[in-house]
Amino acid sequence: MTLNRRQFIGTTAAVAATLSAPIVKAQGKPRVVVVGGGAGGATAARYLAKDSKGAIDVTLIEPTRKYYTCFFSNLYLGGFKEIEDIGHTYGGLAAGGVNVVHDWAVGVDRDAKTVSLAGGGTVPYDKLILSPGIDFVEGAVEGWGLSAQNAMPHAYKAGSQSELLKAQLMAMPAGGTFAMVAPPNPFRCPPGPYERVSMVAHFLKQNNPTAKIIVADPKPKFSKMALFQEGWANHYEGMVDWIGEEFGGGNVSVDPDAMTVTIDGEETKVDVCNVIPAMKAGRIAELAGVTDGNWAPVNAADMSTKADADIYVLGDASSQGDMPKSGFSANSQAKVCANAVRGALTGSKVFPAKFSNTCWSLIAPNDGVKVGATYEATPEKIAKVDGFISQTGESADLRKATYEESEGWYTGITTDMLG
Amino acid sequence: MHLVQLLSAIALAAFCTTAVADEFGDPVAGEEVFRKCKSCHQLGEGAKHRIGPHLNGLFGRRAASHEDFRYSKALVRAGTGGLEWHADTLDAFLESPRRLASGTRMSFAGLKKAEDRLNLIAYLRSFSDSPANIPEADPTASPTDHDLDPAILALKGDPEYGEYLSSECTTCHQADGRNDGIPSIVLWPKEDFVLAMHAYKNKTRAHPVMQMMAGRLNAEEIAALAAYFSALEQ
Repeated sequence: MTLNRRQFIGTTAAVAATLSAPIVKAQGKPRVVVVGGGAGGATAARYLAKDSKGAIDVTLIEPTRKYYTCFFSNLYLGGFKEIEDIGHTYGGLAAGGVNVVHDWAVGVDRDAKTVSLAGGGTVPYDKLILSPGIDFVEGAVEGWGLSAQNAMPHAYKAGSQSELLKAQLMAMPAGGTFAMVAPPNPFRCPPGPYERVSMVAHFLKQNNPTAKIIVADPKPKFSKMALFQEGWANHYEGMVDWIGEEFGGGNVSVDPDAMTVTIDGEETKVDVCNVIPAMKAGRIAELAGVTDGNWAPVNAADMSTKADADIYVLGDASSQGDMPKSGFSANSQAKVCANAVRGALTGSKVFPAKFSNTCWSLIAPNDGVKVGATYEATPEKIAKVDGFISQTGESADLRKATYEESEGWYTGITTDMLG
Repeated sequence: MHLVQLLSAIALAAFCTTAVADEFGDPVAGEEVFRKCKSCHQLGEGAKHRIGPHLNGLFGRRAASHEDFRYSKALVRAGTGGLEWHADTLDAFLESPRRLASGTRMSFAGLKKAEDRLNLIAYLRSFSDSPANIPEADPTASPTDHDLDPAILALKGDPEYGEYLSSECTTCHQADGRNDGIPSIVLWPKEDFVLAMHAYKNKTRAHPVMQMMAGRLNAEEIAALAAYFSALEQ
């Protein structure tokens, strides 16, 4: 008998599955620790607590008491949302049986299977789920560092940075210049910088119509490019100057004291500068030793790391294949992971991984667009198998419906994450 | 190990065989096949046009769309007529270039073995945009045909499976039945639910997200979802 590749994989998996009996503890419940209360971590914690019906002890470690979603934070910049509209507390998770600990996770001892906290003490785990989001690569943009983030905000972790950028936008002199330094691939929310350009343009069109926007971009193209460029031409004619790779958009330095941006040797004085540097996995993933380069490689079937079968990484911090780094992706991955972790700990049924993502972007009032895809687990990665994107030239009615859909989705996903 | 656990372990193993979508071919084997193309086409970092155009960023591109390459009239005509390079059109072209563009200058008889074409296409795909960076970029795998799988067919009517599947719905549809921007799906009669999902699946009902989501659910999965949502109303 000869085995083809597919049969071979099946056989190996059968043996592995038969041998790995669920962890049944002699006393006490199995413990899951989740680090990071964003779209990945909050969803995983909530689903584990909800679906295990008390059979698993779930602890969420999240330093902030209030979580501001990165998704829709551009709509706050554009004036479509108030900051409090995108702020959420963790009370719903706590009420749902998750032990919410507001502290920083600062270390992982993989032998002892404990997470250490900045406030002292350690938390033991049987399974550890890391969903720490992003940090920035040091020195990614010449002249910029964390000490410069007040002069030149990134606003790519929502909250105080979003409020700062909005305040600077409101204080821009008439006819001033807003600059953005866009990030290289891969980065959180592929359409995010360009939705932000749209929202800033909308704000300026209302309040400062002679102002200009320049975008220095190290990439030759970006997600929904034709849709954004069509929208910028239709709604904000002549306002947005996008400088891509071909014109030196990747050759950028900034001077936060002088408020200048130098693009391909040409220095420009600007009034606001939004620097979105290159990104990497949130630091705890590196401290846990599960990263390879900037991101944490994971197995597509359950989001377990390649480095440690008892540590899972969700969302932006993971390197999984074809899914974009988005809140929707993290939420989708969290459900697959929670199902697998619960199965491993309690013997509940484990269903096949199904992943999906949709990213909505707002270009102008009632002008919403979207891109979405479905994905499956292959032995190598999470692979895209189907998808769609809004088309240029769509009717105003359809664009309005798409925007309204995004608002419904926002309510849906935040409830799905946080209860 | 309890019998239930053993059964679920077997079920898990069965899933592992079906959840694998590897119909796209093997890029490593495709690199071998590409040796036949190499004398005319460059690929990878720094690739330039030679006798044929370079093949970076091929997927999703209109045929004959490099402005700095002189194509045959036949290929220009095909491009103007709407030919774009995707896995399916490349498969047809690679099998017989003249089939898609009579008069193409690509003097290549074609790859007769389907496996060679699948592997080559998988290899070529790795030099185009990644969906991780450009979500709308072409797929990198084929969807699994769950319909053919007896292990999943056996799940008929499993409310637990329905609950798991429903977690994909609740990312957008609000569990409390609110109806702002995205319609409510709770308290739907089971039959209406099944009818609607099948209509999305076969694309008679319009909405790209729902067509995509329903498109990969088989009849039993739709039934499991309907069972779960209808159980909610009691």
